[in-house]
Amino acid sequence: MTVPVTIRLQRDDFDLATENARLTGADTTIGAVVSFVGRCRGDEDGHAISALTLEHYPGMAEAEIARHVEEALARWPLKGVTVIHRYGRIAPGDNIVLVLTASSHRQAAFAAAEFLMDYLKTRAPFWKSDERQGGDRTWIDAREADDDAAARWDSAAH
Amino acid sequence: MKVLYFAWVRERIGKAEETLEPPAAVRTVGDLIAWLASRGEEYAHAFERPQVIRAAIDQTHVRADTAIAGAREIALFPPMTGG
Repeated sequence: MTVPVTIRLQRDDFDLATENARLTGADTTIGAVVSFVGRCRGDEDGHAISALTLEHYPGMAEAEIARHVEEALARWPLKGVTVIHRYGRIAPGDNIVLVLTASSHRQAAFAAAEFLMDYLKTRAPFWKSDERQGGDRTWIDAREADDDAAARWDSAAH
Repeated sequence: MKVLYFAWVRERIGKAEETLEPPAAVRTVGDLIAWLASRGEEYAHAFERPQVIRAAIDQTHVRADTAIAGAREIALFPPMTGG
């Protein structure tokens, strides 16, 4: 049986309820869906911001996300995965990224969602810049904590 | 080969992509970055800290010691900040 996988990069917003319904459909073997929604904060590094802009590497971004979804499917007994990542200009309070993982039981769904987010942060080719008050634009620095979060999966036994 | 730049690497160089034929002595991704850094002020600025630059060959992540022979597309970019 093929596990349904949806990967989309888009400028437009997404709707959690719509994507959840699309992922699960009529599959009554799914007992758990974990959703993660990443949102744009109104502050970055202690500064108020008016928006984020996300740049991405078209082609590679989809391919890199697909590689990590494949790895998640190999590690956990999943029944479906959805990853939607937005690009372009995003205002505080708006959605940036959606990860949905479906499984028969919650443990696999929780673990796979966290795994996918940790890798999206450090391996998917996206770059954020912010707009600060006064119009300055600043590239956001990568966080060591994100690298550490992704690295722990390299040695994790499952 | 086609070379792509993203984020502040792209901004500092002032272009998103170009087609280059590096000399034969340029064998690895690290060699390519060092060679590019010698091509002018804007490149020197983009690659002033080569250790932070990340690379992909044909849309797959690679390390600085990876050979570039046969690559169609090489991308150079800062550490990623998605999600």
